[in-house]
Amino acid sequence: MSTSTQILTPDAAATERSRQVPGGLVLSWRQFRFWFTLFHRTWRGTVLSAILGPIMYLTAMGVGIGTLIDQNHSLPGGVNYLSFIAPGVLAATAMQTGIGEGSFPVLGSIKWNGNFWAAVNTPQRPEDVMLGTAMQGLMRILGLCVVFFASMLGFGTVHSAWGLLALPVALLTGAVFLFAMMSFSVTLDTDQGLTIVFRFVMTPLFLFSGTFFPWQQLPGWMHPIAFATPLWHGVELSRELTLGTVDAGSALIHVGYLLAALALAYWLARRNFRRRLYLDR
Amino acid sequence: MGREVSVVPGSVDGVSEIPSSPEVLIRAEGLVKTFAKKQGPAFTAVAGIDFEVRRGEVFGFLGPNGAGKSTTMRMIGCVSPVSGGRLSLFGMEPNSQGPRIRARLGVVPQEDSLDLEMRVRDNLHVYGRYFGLPRSIIRERAERLLEFVQLGDRAKEKVDSLSGGMKRRLTIARALINDPEILILDEPTTGLDPQARHVVWDRLYRLKQQGVTLILTTHYMDEAEQLCDRLVVMDKGRIAAEGTPRELIEQYATREVLELRFPLGEQEQAAEKLEGIGQRLELLPDRVLVYAEDGEAALAEVRGRGLEPMTALVRRSSLEDVFLHLTGRTLVD
Repeated sequence: MSTSTQILTPDAAATERSRQVPGGLVLSWRQFRFWFTLFHRTWRGTVLSAILGPIMYLTAMGVGIGTLIDQNHSLPGGVNYLSFIAPGVLAATAMQTGIGEGSFPVLGSIKWNGNFWAAVNTPQRPEDVMLGTAMQGLMRILGLCVVFFASMLGFGTVHSAWGLLALPVALLTGAVFLFAMMSFSVTLDTDQGLTIVFRFVMTPLFLFSGTFFPWQQLPGWMHPIAFATPLWHGVELSRELTLGTVDAGSALIHVGYLLAALALAYWLARRNFRRRLYLDR
Repeated sequence: MGREVSVVPGSVDGVSEIPSSPEVLIRAEGLVKTFAKKQGPAFTAVAGIDFEVRRGEVFGFLGPNGAGKSTTMRMIGCVSPVSGGRLSLFGMEPNSQGPRIRARLGVVPQEDSLDLEMRVRDNLHVYGRYFGLPRSIIRERAERLLEFVQLGDRAKEKVDSLSGGMKRRLTIARALINDPEILILDEPTTGLDPQARHVVWDRLYRLKQQGVTLILTTHYMDEAEQLCDRLVVMDKGRIAAEGTPRELIEQYATREVLELRFPLGEQEQAAEKLEGIGQRLELLPDRVLVYAEDGEAALAEVRGRGLEPMTALVRRSSLEDVFLHLTGRTLVD
């Protein structure tokens, strides 16, 4: 307002700068920082459960069930059960985190907390809100996967240097489900839809995507269904990497499939956020 | 808001300004908003409205629920795409320049949308960061704004613990963090108790005095009369009338109103006998309104015709009467 004065006060200069709207990544980063502020008081609990979770899981599965299984049967390639399921659970954990971070944080921001509605009254666009929120989900997926991977190393289930690449693969798998879930949650008005996804999508995927047993054990008619799910590709590729049995051809197919799914999910999330937050439905 | 107001009439850098033609900040021409429906024709929420808002004025949208006020506000706030006609703010189009326009607006939505889990001060911080303001500036402004809305001593409390009126004031403070040129308020006092409303009005009045342009919607006529320099009356997506509160009352109502209540069932008979008293009669379910320049004289005439109402009240005309006249309905049911 007081542009007639040549030298602006720091306050007026800040106002002037705030009116130069930056690009999408900077805007998304601002949204990410919102989540950081919201969660920075609870991070200790989050980290603790992130560390304890995998350790308990791998102990129960490896020492408990694994011992039983390894005594009686051998798995393809003669690996022990713990080495077999650990990379699968890594990918499945990424999926679960992705679905979790794409559900209540999104619905809550619309229905209960309203922070998304507040955000779009600022230079934030729906796509910035979406990407910034996804960034925080991706951070969590990455954090959990790193901790889980470290536990896998500790339990001696990583048999190849290629195994390190299981980490980005798990992140990619989680990202697919994160964006897909966000695109769904943003259309909801109650949490009933979320419960349906948890029960009828997440749990079956978790159980039947080759996480806990070789997918070849499934009846033949279920194979195409398994191949169609992003989790199956994530699980298979992670396992091939940590066991060192990976080959370029199948790796390319898995990565290609996951990237295509990610692109679709990202596009859907962007579109649905815009429809919802710009009130055009 | 503490900014240095250095308005020098005459010339700035040799360019003369004409103080008598205030700058138009918002201009709408034939503005339309339709919502597509899955079945049937699209729903028209705003059916072609024209208005202008000038810098420094308080502009109001008065109307009942469903009149299209909030939809209009959302289009002004660039969070609801314009379906037809033209809308410009600061010379920019919302559909293409939304973020740049929003950077210069402050919005107080109907629902506070505060972060209840966060502290009062943190709410201002996260919001200020959306505008890319540096931390030091946000801290300084947050302190000043919380004082302004009388929440200075609550800065460290969680929002959860605040009353409805305090939350609304916090939302107002939050909307001012980017030093906006226009403050948009959608029903700023709906749901607040009378005392809390007066505090909000007082703060808005101060903002007005500081030269902030305010746009507000309301279905309270007293709010509109107290705050608005100019307003439009909206009904069914259209503008029914436009002017200052005074002009509207002069144009659409008489100076005074006589409100009469009759025993149950007797109102209709009484109304027939009232014919011809004052300039106009308005029959409501529970009372009869007699529009007259002199209410007491009208009441004397009523009694002269042998009618004895249960209660009789003479008051000045208000925007409620304007609205009633224009639409045939009361504002708040």
